[in-house]
Amino acid sequence: MSGWQTLTGSAIALPEANIDTDQLIPARFMSQPRSAGYGGFLLYDARQANPDHPLDRHAAKVVVAGRNFGSGSSREAAVYALVDYGIRAVFAPSFGDIFAGNAVNNGLLTAQIDDDVAALLMARMARTAVAAQIDLGTGRATIAGQDIGFDLDPVRRQKLINGWDDIDLTAQYSNRITTFRAAHFAAHPWAMPTS
Amino acid sequence: MTVARSLLDKLWETHEVLRRDDGTSLLWVDRHLVHEGSHHGFAKLAARKMALAAPELTFGVVDHYAPTRTGDVAPDIRRMIQTLGDNARAAGIRLFDLHDPEQGIVHVIGPEQGLTLPGLLINCGDSHTSTHGAFGALAFGVGATEVTHILATQTVWQKRPKTLQITFDGALGAGVTAKDMALHWIAALGADGAQGFAVEYAGAAVRALSMEGRMTLCNLSIEGGARMGLIAPDDVTFAYLKGRPFAPVGAAWAAAVADWRQLHSDGDAVFDRHVSIDASAIAPTVTWGTSPEDALPITGHVPRADGGKDIRATLDYMGLDAGMALTQIAIDQVFIGSCTNGRIEDLRMAAKVLAGRQAVVPGLVSPGSALVKKQAEDEGLAQIFVQAGLEWAGAGCSMCVGMNGDLVDAGKRCASSTNRNFKGRQGRGARTHLMSPAMVAAAAVTGHLTDVRPMLEGRT
Ligand code: SF4
Repeated sequence: MSGWQTLTGSAIALPEANIDTDQLIPARFMSQPRSAGYGGFLLYDARQANPDHPLDRHAAKVVVAGRNFGSGSSREAAVYALVDYGIRAVFAPSFGDIFAGNAVNNGLLTAQIDDDVAALLMARMARTAVAAQIDLGTGRATIAGQDIGFDLDPVRRQKLINGWDDIDLTAQYSNRITTFRAAHFAAHPWAMPTS
Repeated sequence: MTVARSLLDKLWETHEVLRRDDGTSLLWVDRHLVHEGSHHGFAKLAARKMALAAPELTFGVVDHYAPTRTGDVAPDIRRMIQTLGDNARAAGIRLFDLHDPEQGIVHVIGPEQGLTLPGLLINCGDSHTSTHGAFGALAFGVGATEVTHILATQTVWQKRPKTLQITFDGALGAGVTAKDMALHWIAALGADGAQGFAVEYAGAAVRALSMEGRMTLCNLSIEGGARMGLIAPDDVTFAYLKGRPFAPVGAAWAAAVADWRQLHSDGDAVFDRHVSIDASAIAPTVTWGTSPEDALPITGHVPRADGGKDIRATLDYMGLDAGMALTQIAIDQVFIGSCTNGRIEDLRMAAKVLAGRQAVVPGLVSPGSALVKKQAEDEGLAQIFVQAGLEWAGAGCSMCVGMNGDLVDAGKRCASSTNRNFKGRQGRGARTHLMSPAMVAAAAVTGHLTDVRPMLEGRT
């Protein structure tokens, strides 16, 4: 996966709290292979219910949403749906923890902003698409002309910028893992399943 | 003087292979549980031409797509089950396949088989992996990329969460269960209230819970935002595990129990946050909205406003009027099952309410595992459900997520013993009210949300 540091594109608002991963991709689409492309499944039921949905009016790269975005099911398919649609960054006051981890593994930024900043942006954006610029290096973004700072775990920031892959990263520690395993089961022999 | 350590500290230290300068730990994984949804992880591994690092520590089970009723199986469901079977056989892992007598929901069979033990680190590509923390195991859900990493290395990168201790003092009232304790704290703290924390549950009301109840409580940790829930193991834990198929035996059992007795937070351990709840003040609790935080005592009313939150869209979706009594909410159907409340004790509670009574709405009962199903049949519980007019189905995730085709139709309202009332969770346009199995049974009998407590009077 290639990393990124800056991004320019349009942003839309999804002004709701608790947009969970069941909404981001309903369960019935999850038997599809990734090669099918998941973008069309993104918020499928919400888009069906609203033919005027912002996702269908604008080709957005950035989403501003309410608190607890991506909560619920660990389905990484929710991130695939966002990424395959073309979203590269989500700004919200809080994120589901598993979702945020999945996001960074797929190059998707989960930028944490204060509640009042989210409210301010949503008021400015209303139902239109606005211009957005993001700089991972400085941790600042401009959305709808508003300059804002966002919080991002430094580890996740580095992973996004470098496009690091954890399996490659872990390979350098394979000897330490082997040693650990032997010592672990020597100290706790009962930890090995019996049958 | 030694530094006081929390249960989380102890579990973390025994699994930490190394810690990077940036504070992220590489943790050893003792058990990796996979299911049909893990196909992305296996596909990624195959794309890298890698093999499993520890097939002897990896276990597979058919649950999310498992058909629970007889009849034709849709081709994509059959394909999902087939794919898991193919991957499991190629990898050489033990698979609890569809017709295995020990098949069931991953978070039910892990403990049932003794694969879940105190002191282990357990991962699964499923957010309700927090369930296994009820045994004093470090257990958390992961996404597909992390599943791939665990398959390839038997380790996982993780930052140590902060610690939140939730103490339930006192005793629960009759007819009040672990489900109510969980919905109660999630309503109080919010669905993101415990984000970034591992929750350790403590206090007299937690100690008094059976393992089933403890699993329900830890299961729902994720609905309050916590990736992990923890309860220190004790004699109740050990009694549950002794003699389970994969549990240690003989001298190994004795050594294990000696180790496990160390697994508790030291008396003066410091938590990042502490919350105290009076268990005796908890009423049977139900959800009215589309997030588990939208929970209230059954004696309450649908809110008119909820803090700064705009609830109009929620009430619209749920088809409810602000201010109406919760007991006025009429239901179309019920569901009893899931990794939250599909265990034997849950079925016993529901059957206690239903015995000699009739359901006035249709409903499905899906036991959490094939073994739970057999036990419920042996104990005569299945017969009570059937006589009450409910459908007795096979084991699996079933109507909790509807992947197997057990769905709630659009606009229909279901009283459900599951864990998520999200929009569309039980089916497109479905309306879900979460509650304990006893409360589901009460709703089945009356046709609307109902306080189960009077219905339990005189029943032991
Ligand atoms: S029963 Fe429901 S919550 Fe539990 S593992 Fe299955 S789908 Fe997930």
